Amino acid sequence: MSLVNEIDYGTPASRSERMVTLTVDGMEVTVPEGTSIMRAAMEAGIQVPKLCATDMVDAFGSCRLCLVEIEGRNGTPSSCTTPAMEGLVVRTQTNRLKDIRRGVMELYISDHPLDCLTCAANGDCELQDMAGAVGLRDVRYGYEGENHVFPAAKTDGALNARWLPKDESNPYFTYDPSKCIVCSRCVRACEEVQGTFALTIEGRGFNSRVSPGMHEAFIASECVSCGACVQACPTATLTEKSVIEIGQPEHSKVTTCAYCGVGCSFKAEMRGEELVRMVPFKDGKANRGHSCVKGRFAYGYATHKDRILNPMIREKITDPWREVTWEEAYKHVASEFRRIQYQYGRNSIGGITSSRCTNEETFLVQKLVRQGFGNNNVDTCARVCHSPTGYGLKTTFGTSAGTQDFDSVEHTDVVIVIGANPTDGHPVFGSRLKKRLRQGAKLIVIDPRRIDLVRTPHVEAAYHLPLKPGTNVAVVTSLAHVIVTEGLFDEAFIRERCDWDEFQDWASFVSLPEHSPETVEKLSGVSADLIRGAARLFATSGNGAIYYGLGVTEHSQGSTTVMAIANLAMATGNIGRPGVGVNPLRGQNNVQGSCDMGSFPHELPGYRHISDDATRDIFEKLWGVTLQDEPGLRIPNMLDAAVDGTFRGIYIQGEDILQSDPDTRHVAAGLAAMECVVVHDLFLNETANYAHVFLPGSTFLEKDGTFTNAERRINRVRKVMSPKNGYADWEVTQNLANAMGLGWNYTHPSEIMDEIAATTPSFAGVTYALLEREGSVQWPCNEKAPLGTPVMHIGGFVRGKGKFIRTEYVATDEKTGPRFPLLLTTGRILSQYNVGAQTRRTANVVWHEEDLLEIHPHDAENRGIRDGDWVKLASRSGETTLRAKVTDRVSPGVVYTTFHHPATQANVVTTDFSDWATNCPEYKVTAVQIAPSNGPTEWQVEYEDQAKQSRRISAKLEAAE
Amino acid sequence: MSHSGPPHSGTHNKLIYMANQIATFFASQPRDEQVAGIADHINHFWEPRMRAQLFAILDEEGGKGLNELVIEAARQIRRPTPVN
Repeated sequence: MSLVNEIDYGTPASRSERMVTLTVDGMEVTVPEGTSIMRAAMEAGIQVPKLCATDMVDAFGSCRLCLVEIEGRNGTPSSCTTPAMEGLVVRTQTNRLKDIRRGVMELYISDHPLDCLTCAANGDCELQDMAGAVGLRDVRYGYEGENHVFPAAKTDGALNARWLPKDESNPYFTYDPSKCIVCSRCVRACEEVQGTFALTIEGRGFNSRVSPGMHEAFIASECVSCGACVQACPTATLTEKSVIEIGQPEHSKVTTCAYCGVGCSFKAEMRGEELVRMVPFKDGKANRGHSCVKGRFAYGYATHKDRILNPMIREKITDPWREVTWEEAYKHVASEFRRIQYQYGRNSIGGITSSRCTNEETFLVQKLVRQGFGNNNVDTCARVCHSPTGYGLKTTFGTSAGTQDFDSVEHTDVVIVIGANPTDGHPVFGSRLKKRLRQGAKLIVIDPRRIDLVRTPHVEAAYHLPLKPGTNVAVVTSLAHVIVTEGLFDEAFIRERCDWDEFQDWASFVSLPEHSPETVEKLSGVSADLIRGAARLFATSGNGAIYYGLGVTEHSQGSTTVMAIANLAMATGNIGRPGVGVNPLRGQNNVQGSCDMGSFPHELPGYRHISDDATRDIFEKLWGVTLQDEPGLRIPNMLDAAVDGTFRGIYIQGEDILQSDPDTRHVAAGLAAMECVVVHDLFLNETANYAHVFLPGSTFLEKDGTFTNAERRINRVRKVMSPKNGYADWEVTQNLANAMGLGWNYTHPSEIMDEIAATTPSFAGVTYALLEREGSVQWPCNEKAPLGTPVMHIGGFVRGKGKFIRTEYVATDEKTGPRFPLLLTTGRILSQYNVGAQTRRTANVVWHEEDLLEIHPHDAENRGIRDGDWVKLASRSGETTLRAKVTDRVSPGVVYTTFHHPATQANVVTTDFSDWATNCPEYKVTAVQIAPSNGPTEWQVEYEDQAKQSRRISAKLEAAE
Repeated sequence: MSHSGPPHSGTHNKLIYMANQIATFFASQPRDEQVAGIADHINHFWEPRMRAQLFAILDEEGGKGLNELVIEAARQIRRPTPVN
């Protein structure tokens, strides 16, 4: 094993199709027009010395090290800023160049500490490398003069005003100004790659230095801790604290982040089995070498002391846990599940697959349910996030997934972001989007809250439609009204790709006066001018793309909104080529994959309905059982059935339904009514408070497999350390299945993928060998598309003709009134992830220690609430307390909070209203009242107490089995 | 519905509510797709015991609380056969 080394070409690749040929050091090289001489040389295998250039940012030309000579030209131009041209003859090494470079290096080193042996960058320092490359042997200037290196002069001990102490305020990296060579790579990475503009160079000449914000500490600045600056830094100035503690890595593997649905590729850089750092992989096609604070830094949960490493059992949920052997645990679960089925019927148990686990693991859990339990009671957390996407896009386009790859955004001219907050929820996509917006693409934001994208450095939305929560369908249908009534639709596209009669029916529906912006203004609170302007802009600005998130799906009319979005894309001809499309931003790392793998109770892998005889036949033959042809229970239905007494046992892999699902009391009642709740997880999560069996889980670092991201991209997950609990999750499921007599014998996840490919047409071409070769592929991947499908519906829809659907707005029954006059909506924050089980166990808590309630100054003042006050948040379902944050990011009448912390229990207040088609809960609209409060509610106290009781562990198992 | 006190179990009321929600969506669709749409949706997504409960409401309570369209669609909804 060795480090995966990526070549740094010095400057970004050129996209030009015109090629030019030049000669570098006597070698002919042909490159696209616009390529720098530095990059052309590197293509020919010639490394021109450089410091300020790196291919993640544009050329800057400041370090004066990469100079070259060009025949027929004067001087020594910098190769990073000089474009390659036809017929150029370039020399990279001449006596003149050698002298200049050595002189430049001598100056650099004269203001740099010589502590290389004890420096954290030792072995990974470009300054050191360049000193070697140019043959620096002597620094004639000495270190006595003005410098940034020493706190005090050696001669008289006088304090050095130029010296700055190390900034260690960020939990993950340090900034040591004494080692800075002011190449400004960090500043440019923050600007060009991340798009935050948190860093700058302050001062001029010898005074110039890197400054976060206005000479602030990193933690106090606008820095979002994405780490792009650390990656860009050629010296030890910006260094991961983990590297300082551990040392340089010695081998690495490419793997996939286990946080959000962007699915970034990383190099996990290791020393032995210890993870030294995560470095985003340049060839990762989702992230193109970028990352966010979670993926790069927040992996500490994998080794957190809270991880449970031995299986545990208890009779009653009021008992303390008892550690047992794996064998005992499997035997117990198998006999309990069989007993329950014998007693209450075959359909009285079920399972929940994890959107955090791999495709292979998810496939096995649904197989266990279908083959082993003999029913279809399997569901996944997509139920509570993107199930309406599945329903809506399948109905309109014929496939339950987004239509584009993330690269597509580079070709987009106008973007609608609706019900999503990419810079917090999907940060790496957010950065890619901002990059395109800085290049001039137009932006329309439809969101109750003024999300960062509405106005952020060098990005400003052309339109922000701050609609009242729950009125998505009205507003999107009204956009369609404008497009149809003003004749802005793409008739040629519709006639060719869609059913023209259905379009006409839909067109007359949306043209009705009740869908006009003027009428919709009254119920949505969005002025008619904004709706008209946004519709015109979207329909007339070239490639239009729609990106959306849970603010669309988690409503009573979630599925209807997805269909309204699909209608809009079809009506404007924005489907079937790069730069356009309907793009759901998926929440969890493998929520797309878990849906693909047949995790829904009505669908077998590949979205084939369980009632389809031919599909069932494929699995029945392979698995040797008869499958039920009826849909099973969805998560909310399971809980209802549990309360009714007909559902008694459940196997939950990697999902915390008690914290993440709505109406906590109802979830708790459902779980409490069951006789055998098996939780398979890293930690004693909130659901485990109601569990009878706990099976320890493994992290993404501890297993092989694949994740499928929001762009349908199947990415490899590679094992870099042994599972601390002893077994990868797929092994645990397999052992459980075998305890139930199923006789599985997979020896590696690749064999599970082979079974998926053999049974599922859209995965027919997927093998681990292909993934090894290509890095990743996007399904469908089969005979027709052997290397996968980046953009779907090219030339025609999967279902044949695109289907327009009437989308009538129906107000939710969750209404405000005198008792509950405000609307609560929920969301998330950059540093935390989902219910926080992982991120709360990392240093990310420094950015977000608790959930806060955002409330408009007007509403706060009416209630006598000041910033930072404890407030009680009450709905018809329940009440909780948290601190208030007074801000005008929310409109009057709307309040907002995150759901990252179990102590807050935001879902105590959410209701059990749900999407009409999929039962996806209506998290985004709850009528509430806010009042000043002194402390936790009775429920919070009780809950805390119950949780503490429930987590007791007695009877530790002896070490050796 | 919803927050007012349930006459039966919560599930019973919730089921009626869900069926009516589906009916409300299909009520806005073209005339000939309404009833078939409701029946098709419930056949595709409702587990047999949910459909059994729906039929109990139809048979024993005359469909009290159910939208007219749901009652009309019932003829096309598959009556579940008890499994074990």
